[in-house]
Amino acid sequence: MQRRPAASLGEVPAAGSPLIEGRDLIKRYGGRAALNGVSLRAGRGELVAVIGPNGAGKTTLLSILAGLDRPDGGTVISTAQRIGWVPQRPALYAKLTVAENLRLFARLERCTDVVGAVERMLDQAGLRERANDQVGELSGGGRQRVNIAIGLVAAPAVLLLDEPSAGLDPRQRERLWTFITGLAATGTSVVYSTHDVQEADRYAGQVVVLADGERLFTGSPRELERAVARAGTPVPRDFEAAFVGFLRESGH
Amino acid sequence: MRWLLLKDLQILRRSPLLVALLVIYPIVLAVLIGVAFSRGPDKPAVAFLNQIPAAAKTVHLGAEEIDTARYERDLFKSIDPVAVSSRAAAIEKVRRGEVLAALIIPADLTQKLESGLEPPEVEVFYNAEDPVKARFVRDTINSRVQDANAALAKRYTEIASGYLDLIAGGGELKILGRDFTVLGLRRSEEILRRVQTDLPPGSPLGAQLEGVRRFAHVARENLDLSDDVLASVATPVRVRHEIVKGAATGLNSYAVAIAVTFSLMFVTLLLAAGMLALEREENAFARIVRGLVTMTSLLVEKVILAASCSTAVMLAMLAGLSLFIDLDWSRSPLWVVAIASAALAFASMGTAIGALTRDLRAASLLAFMVALPVAFVSLVPTGTVSAGLYGGIRVASALFPFRATLTAVDASLNDSGGLGAALLHLGALAAAFALAARVALRRFA
Repeated sequence: MQRRPAASLGEVPAAGSPLIEGRDLIKRYGGRAALNGVSLRAGRGELVAVIGPNGAGKTTLLSILAGLDRPDGGTVISTAQRIGWVPQRPALYAKLTVAENLRLFARLERCTDVVGAVERMLDQAGLRERANDQVGELSGGGRQRVNIAIGLVAAPAVLLLDEPSAGLDPRQRERLWTFITGLAATGTSVVYSTHDVQEADRYAGQVVVLADGERLFTGSPRELERAVARAGTPVPRDFEAAFVGFLRESGH
Repeated sequence: MRWLLLKDLQILRRSPLLVALLVIYPIVLAVLIGVAFSRGPDKPAVAFLNQIPAAAKTVHLGAEEIDTARYERDLFKSIDPVAVSSRAAAIEKVRRGEVLAALIIPADLTQKLESGLEPPEVEVFYNAEDPVKARFVRDTINSRVQDANAALAKRYTEIASGYLDLIAGGGELKILGRDFTVLGLRRSEEILRRVQTDLPPGSPLGAQLEGVRRFAHVARENLDLSDDVLASVATPVRVRHEIVKGAATGLNSYAVAIAVTFSLMFVTLLLAAGMLALEREENAFARIVRGLVTMTSLLVEKVILAASCSTAVMLAMLAGLSLFIDLDWSRSPLWVVAIASAALAFASMGTAIGALTRDLRAASLLAFMVALPVAFVSLVPTGTVSAGLYGGIRVASALFPFRATLTAVDASLNDSGGLGAALLHLGALAAAFALAARVALRRFA
């Protein structure tokens, strides 16, 4: 794996150049290929959805982009100095309060203004009211918001989210996506995996379809629908039908 | 790393049950040991019937008197006597379980002692329902009877020796209120020598007197040796104690060393393994080792956390124990060194256990499963198993910190020696387990 040195702080990448890019990524677990030559790129303010059935390699792809796993082949290139990572299961300390969790990770991330970063995240994630509550006392949605806030506390240019809406009720999902699209609007590059193809359709500018470790498609949701129509199958009634039809056409 | 340390301390502060277990467990253990040692064993209730008439409680040996009440008082220091009126009542109390034993002193005890013709016999009846207590009672009574026998034998010897001295050297003797003068062999010999010189030369009596004088001389010289011979008869075998390995540590102090070692092992292992496993259970491990903290720093933080906390708890435990058992506080700097070194070794071992597991419960269970056999194997004394097996046990126990910790703590508390070697051993184990933990963390991350 090769990781290009990060751009210096405050550097604005040229228009159109990606903040993070994975090229021909390969990952094997024993004899099974979890990823087989998958590529992905995300530019400034872009929302990229990675979708696919169970075992497609979505979490593996995000783990490699986040630096948690090393690929057996391929390259990850990022010009972002910080990459925020939000795992599927909340990764935080239940015995600490919301503010203490944020403060701890801000310190570990070596933020220059720890107090400012914590205050900003409490406001952005709508956690001000619960700042002094222990995380163990929060609902699943509340924990997920803290989980995301921790990923963002160091103001990363790239945010990677592994199934961020899993386990949330519709109202919490709505709040979550309002928050994430708001981040993208301010220039943060967001790559997220999801089982919910509607979420990919509604929020993503670019969709990467994975199945059995193979990249089947990269493009916008509308391009995916058009690709299904071109294949001669009946015109899908919605994006989900297009996605299922595409997988069927691709033999998955 | 300091932020992680502060975070863990905060988590511990908010886990009152865990902290209570970690702190209260060794303190309760300390108090139990302290109370047990300071109180000593309970005195067993023993029915006691002394049939010796009040007027006959003194043994008269020639001009000497021996008060048997003295030996009764010694016996009562070890048992709780329950007075009974008859032999049958004493046996009935044993049968009903009201007492563990009955001790019957016969009426003719002093008489038989004075006559010296037949040894007196005391009777002891046991209740053996509780074999431990029954054995304790039997041993206590046997021990006190042996003490009395030894003391009486010594007095007999002294009296006999006095009489022999009188025969050899002569002197005054008082019997039944009357004074007698004993000439003695020495003066007899002198008189015979004077008579010999007064005899005419060639008198046939001279040769006969010479034979009697020589007999008096030889008899006196041999009687001079009688004191030593009688002393040997009174105590035919003497025991000389000499330690060739280990130190003469008091039982109480050694028990403290064992209590500290056991508590230190459990507290440190559970804390180190648990706090590392908690990082995974909370799913935070992957997040923090993703460039925020290195795995090595994380391990070092857990080792420091567990070792510091357990050292503090153990020192508090020793302070608690010192209320019951006499501990030499001037050696306290050595306690700190020994306990801190052992805590580091156990903490490294704990992180190795924690690195193998993914949650707190599995880590705790594994820590217990590893710790208990390690402790028991390390406590197997020499001579209880075959030489080959003991060699294997020694090698196995040297691979874990328990035995070295016991040696170090015992040496620091009781000056039993071997502290330096034990500290080096603990240092090597701390490094080895830290390395194993690092490998395991990478392998199972």
